[in-house]
Amino acid sequence: MAFEDQRTTVYKVNPEHPESETLPTLRTEELLLNMGPQHPSTHGVLKVILELEGERLVKSTPVMGFLHRGVEKLAEDGTYHQFIPHTDRLDYVCAMYNNFAYCRAVEKLMNLQVPERAEYLRTIVAEVQRIIGHQFWLGTQALDIGAMTVFFYCFRDREILLDWFDELCGARLTTSWYRIGGVERDLTPSLIDKLKQFLAYFPAKIDEYIVFLETNRIWVGRTKGVAVISAEDAVSFGLSGPTLRGSGVDYDLRKYEPYSAYPKCEFSVPVGKNGDTYDRYWIRVMELYESVKIIQQCLEQMQEGPVMADVPSVTLPPKERVFTNLESMIQQFKLFSQGFNAPPGEIYCGTEAHKGELGFYIVSTGGGKPYRLKIRAPSFIHMGAFDHMSRGYMISDACTIFGTYDIVMGECDR
Amino acid sequence: MGLIQLGRHDKDGAPDVITGTVEKAVNWARKGSLWPMTFGLACCAIEMIAAVSSRYDMDRYGAGVFRASPRQSDLMIVAGTVCRRMAPVIRKIYDQMPEPKYVIAMGSCATSGNIYDSYSVVQGVDRFVPVDIYVPGCPPTPEALFDGILKLQERIMQKRVFVTQPDQVKASLKV
Amino acid sequence: MHQLIKRIQETFSVGFVGATEWRGDVAVTVTRDTLHEMAQFLHDDPGMDFDYIVHVSSVDWPDDDERFEVVWEFYSIRKRHRIRLKTRAPESDCIVDSLTDLWKGADFMEREVFDMMGIRFRNHPDLRRILMPDDYTEGYPLRKDFPLRGKGWRDTFDFLDEVPR
Repeated sequence: MAFEDQRTTVYKVNPEHPESETLPTLRTEELLLNMGPQHPSTHGVLKVILELEGERLVKSTPVMGFLHRGVEKLAEDGTYHQFIPHTDRLDYVCAMYNNFAYCRAVEKLMNLQVPERAEYLRTIVAEVQRIIGHQFWLGTQALDIGAMTVFFYCFRDREILLDWFDELCGARLTTSWYRIGGVERDLTPSLIDKLKQFLAYFPAKIDEYIVFLETNRIWVGRTKGVAVISAEDAVSFGLSGPTLRGSGVDYDLRKYEPYSAYPKCEFSVPVGKNGDTYDRYWIRVMELYESVKIIQQCLEQMQEGPVMADVPSVTLPPKERVFTNLESMIQQFKLFSQGFNAPPGEIYCGTEAHKGELGFYIVSTGGGKPYRLKIRAPSFIHMGAFDHMSRGYMISDACTIFGTYDIVMGECDR
Repeated sequence: MGLIQLGRHDKDGAPDVITGTVEKAVNWARKGSLWPMTFGLACCAIEMIAAVSSRYDMDRYGAGVFRASPRQSDLMIVAGTVCRRMAPVIRKIYDQMPEPKYVIAMGSCATSGNIYDSYSVVQGVDRFVPVDIYVPGCPPTPEALFDGILKLQERIMQKRVFVTQPDQVKASLKV
Repeated sequence: MHQLIKRIQETFSVGFVGATEWRGDVAVTVTRDTLHEMAQFLHDDPGMDFDYIVHVSSVDWPDDDERFEVVWEFYSIRKRHRIRLKTRAPESDCIVDSLTDLWKGADFMEREVFDMMGIRFRNHPDLRRILMPDDYTEGYPLRKDFPLRGKGWRDTFDFLDEVPR
């Protein structure tokens, strides 16, 4: 890897000083500092080579690939159904949104209609995932900047929701509850009650987080005016999600290309002004309120109905029938081992995950396995803008910048 | 506490003399103050962070002081998928830790590569780093991680301090 | 959607190879030589106004003469329409023009295509591997003739030779 030779600058003492001829000159050199891949605040295994002039960042070169698991190649080896657990582990902080994005992409490819109750359930769970994703982000961003209390509070509230997921589908973190054509099982009355209790309890907690941070001069000082990116640059880099909306562009796929139950809900999309870290933080906190609103509306509007599309050649049969009925068992076996017959063609489907636009580009030549599956991961694209965003700031802002981009290496490296 | 055989002498009704071996005392001190290193690689790191948070408090086992530097820690919890590109880094960090050091392979990816049987994932961290405890799960819940830490503590109590380790207790590379 | 294909066909009758519209997605295939011109048109023309780059990816068709297909997807935030731009390159001469001068986000995305498929990009500011290490010699992983489990790199630990055991 070729870096420019370390630049040496020679500063002469002020020539009007009476002793300027005899005092020594000050010489500075650029310093190359390696950060990572093992570092407490790089949010995963990421290496960044920082070129510093004093405390100022002149250039930062991210080096990725330490968590490259070859997921796109593994997709070509298995059927469409078998890929769902792989999608969980992409953005492992809010795993179900990746399932949602993938299932939507395959349903677009297969031209499947998902039943209405399933759409509502998907939206509810997706917004709950957005809440836990933003809580995780807020906790770790605060921890990086130094506000440790907020970290514990966010994780305390996150645990309530992780228990809810445990009851819903058996796993706290890497859940695979979405299926192609619907969801695996319905919400029980106990789950709905717990969710309503949480929605009543949560807005006061968001106020608490805000109080802790906004009244803190250090937080405001370390986030206002840091890592500014203009709207034009942000769009040109392909940024999306709160990172783009912080700069004043209101691009949100839930409003621009509405999907699932979002068109039936009333919610607003917070948009920032200055494109700095503070605006992006504010947007994510406001999105927590909006998610609560969406979940409440969906719970009210939801009607009874099936939770999985009834297309036996594509969708999986209910688990109870698989263990009792021979035809269902054979159907399940064939769908998992051979896959369903996808039509030849290619599609792209993007979804507004909590980090940005998560998209899947699937090329199919017929048969049960995808020919090529490309994951458009927002974290990878945000890393492309890292150098641009970090120039001129101090080295202690490097950790803030990682946090404001909300990078997760599982998604970035795939 | 059944692993420590103690003798107690009461003098005037108050137990103020406890007898045992120095080895047991050293092992007890070592197991009660494990200092892990922040080495989260992938999804298991999130469960490790949850284990440190206030609900599942790891600090009550003495293992809550997470050090960022390997020179100050004695437990490396490899949490997440080990990619071949990351392997030299893991080995270097392992070599920088002072003795006695322990390694927990947390999660299925660190144990055996999990579902990632691809060109860039090492099929288990024990291919280049000796592992003491394997914690299966994808990801293992924080309670499972605590189970692993408690088993590690039991294993530490079995180690010999002043003489050479018997081969059954010594961790070695599984190639 | 159909208007997009019509306009492109009118403006670039020479380089236009084909277009499809399927499941609501518009995809236009052009020749390698007219690629940059076409991309400039898509970026600058006020009726097109594709300012947001969605992704750059590549597909390997080993049975075709022009083996590699490079796919760009763009979106216009103001006009709210999408388009997919595709071009082909043969294996012997797999070089395509880079679009980093028009969309800055193409930088990392094209590096990933180079890393995974081996397609080079002319005029790219810094074309080197991104996900695999710089000294990876086994080839390009996403090609169809590359085995899933690799060629043995994942199981060789040469750094262990320097460790005193």
